[in-house]
Amino acid sequence: MVLEIILTKYNYFIYISLMALGFYGMIGKSNLIKKLIGMSVFQYSIFLFYISIADVEGGTAPILVKGEVVYVNPLPHVLILTAIVVAVSTLAVGLSLAVRIYREFGTLDENKILMGLKND
Amino acid sequence: MAMSDGRGIILRTNARFMVPFILLWGLYVLTHGTSGPGGGFQAGVVLAAGIILYAVVFGLEESKRIFPIKVMLIIASIGVSIYAWVGIFSIIFGGKFLEYGKIPISHYPAESSKLGIEMVEIGIGLTVMAIMLSIFYDFVHRGD
Amino acid sequence: MIELIISRIVEHAPILLIVVGLVGAFTTPLIGMIKKGLCSYWASLVSLIQLIFSIYLFYQVIRVGKISYWLGGWQPPWGIEYVVDVLNGFVLVVVSIICFSVSIYGKKSFLKEVPGKEISLYTLYILISTGMLGIVITGDIFNLYVFLEIGSLAAYALVAIGDREALVASFNYMIMGTISACFVLLGIGYLYLMTGTLNMADLSRLLPALYDKPSVLIGISLLIVGFSIKTAVFPLHTWLPDAYTHSPSAISALLSGTFTKVGIYALIRLIFTIVGLDYFIEHSNIFVFLSWVASAGIIFGSVMAIAQDDLKRMLAYSSISQIGYIALGVSLANNFSLAGGILHIFGHSVMKSGLFMVAGAVIYTTGIRRISQLSGMSRVMPYTMAAFLIGALSMIGIPPTVGFFSKYFILLGAIEAGEWVFVAVILFSSLLTAAYFWKVFEKIYFGRNGITEVNEAPLSMLLPTIVLAILSLIGGFLAPKLIDIFNLWIEGVLGVSVW
Repeated sequence: MVLEIILTKYNYFIYISLMALGFYGMIGKSNLIKKLIGMSVFQYSIFLFYISIADVEGGTAPILVKGEVVYVNPLPHVLILTAIVVAVSTLAVGLSLAVRIYREFGTLDENKILMGLKND
Repeated sequence: MAMSDGRGIILRTNARFMVPFILLWGLYVLTHGTSGPGGGFQAGVVLAAGIILYAVVFGLEESKRIFPIKVMLIIASIGVSIYAWVGIFSIIFGGKFLEYGKIPISHYPAESSKLGIEMVEIGIGLTVMAIMLSIFYDFVHRGD
Repeated sequence: MIELIISRIVEHAPILLIVVGLVGAFTTPLIGMIKKGLCSYWASLVSLIQLIFSIYLFYQVIRVGKISYWLGGWQPPWGIEYVVDVLNGFVLVVVSIICFSVSIYGKKSFLKEVPGKEISLYTLYILISTGMLGIVITGDIFNLYVFLEIGSLAAYALVAIGDREALVASFNYMIMGTISACFVLLGIGYLYLMTGTLNMADLSRLLPALYDKPSVLIGISLLIVGFSIKTAVFPLHTWLPDAYTHSPSAISALLSGTFTKVGIYALIRLIFTIVGLDYFIEHSNIFVFLSWVASAGIIFGSVMAIAQDDLKRMLAYSSISQIGYIALGVSLANNFSLAGGILHIFGHSVMKSGLFMVAGAVIYTTGIRRISQLSGMSRVMPYTMAAFLIGALSMIGIPPTVGFFSKYFILLGAIEAGEWVFVAVILFSSLLTAAYFWKVFEKIYFGRNGITEVNEAPLSMLLPTIVLAILSLIGGFLAPKLIDIFNLWIEGVLGVSVW
């Protein structure tokens, strides 16, 4: 029973574990780049969730062809396209902040940065 | 960055061969967004990837000479303006914002709707390409 | 011909409000290439146009009722819809008033604090104001997410433009903000999974049948947590003090006045319009939790504010406390408290932006950030300090100001709900607020051996400050009128009139 649930809904389990992993990376790691990697994993796990809910068993790409075909729901794909662009922009902002922090403080370790701020 | 000292001859020959095809493919994706998979975002990224490949292989100075940052900013602004103006034109011709069917560029509303979407996709493609490139320039420049 | 143009503009006002900002933001680099100095005028012009559109929309809503605009002519459940009703019409006006006045104030302030960054600064400035107006005006929940991200990304970058510490503050803000945006995205996904629609009105129609499904519960919880982080409701406020302290003063004024208010607007919209009050009463009563958390935030913010010596940091902690008031008003969820909460959105916006402007003006003329060094400022900058006095009195809740009326209505709401603990919290926190502002008054009005060689802040900074101070005074006289207007909306969602 449990195994069946896992096997039929494995994509949701993957999404949950990726999300937890990303969340840990975001708040548990002290290196800023690792935080950003965690952030990306977190965001992409949500994209996986959206793609999973769009899926229809045996469905194909939603392109207009002659005859009746089963196709997957295209709307979540479009939403995720927008969300991917947002994720890329967030990553760009984050990376450029990390680069500037590195140039100012000479380190990417959060604890050392906070130490540096305290000493000012 | 500098690969132009003769060491990367295979890389350079390959890149010289590949860059035009990547750009061409980008244009294909850009113009087929209305009738098949594709569209502005993807095309912009493909176009930017082509130019970034060029910059990686032939050096940053060379690519900045051909695609300067300032021009990229202008292109990004123009891209968004195209998007906005298509919307405003549809308002001028009595439709709602982005109601392409009302723009009289064709006899059939469906046809002008398609052309309108294509225009918007071109605007988005230009902006995405320009922004991707300026992000790339920004990071490379700071690494120096 | 001109009549035709005007009628078209008027007809399409909801979308033009956003398009003006979008075009304006991306034209700024081009204008900056011609002459850098023009950027600030351009930003003010764009904000002014947005203000005019907002006021027109609000006026129109009061006159004829709900306005709905279909993008691309697509009918709502399928297409994106912009909806203006009394609630968001009002928030639109508040946001655009702050955006316009800060854009005038910012010209000199930016030049002094962060010289040479006008182009990117004003591009982001117009983007953030457009993002916030978009969050408020849209009737499509995914569109709300997109605008939320436009605004947030601009906000991270604007905070980072400040001093050295601002980079770290901005990074933390970005991490927290991304968590919140991801929660919002995920929550939208769950609601879409259950209902198959993204339109707010359609969601509110379809959700009641699905109230007992766990997925709906998960979706709503994720959305509430996501918006709460953006709003900085108490335990999720950690990004706020650093971000407000270290960003350029004008940006602190903008963010404190608008961005958190937009977050709380999204929360109100979610709770009362999209999901509906019945869900929370019958299925998961988060209001008890939310109201306790909000009152903890009220006390925490005030106590922390007393402990600060940095003026901007004190105001930032005071923001957490004041946001607690709005959250308390929302979570008591009766007619009085909701009216008070919505009024406090306006009140806190004008007061806190005005106070941050004063802090920025002091930094502009003297470079002083610490309260302990403010001795005798009233003698050298009398008008700025008068604005500070009015703003602070309003924050404490002294009668003719808007702060008094909003807190009074939240208090009435607490009394009506029979929650005497919250009544005590509201009254006690007013005392604490008086305590931390008294510390500043003491220095600026009665401090000896103060600075003598500085002058009043320049007119372009003074004028917006004073206008906001006067607004928080006039707001008090207008309060009954405004609550009459909110009543139109509150009656619709609660079924009870305020009066």
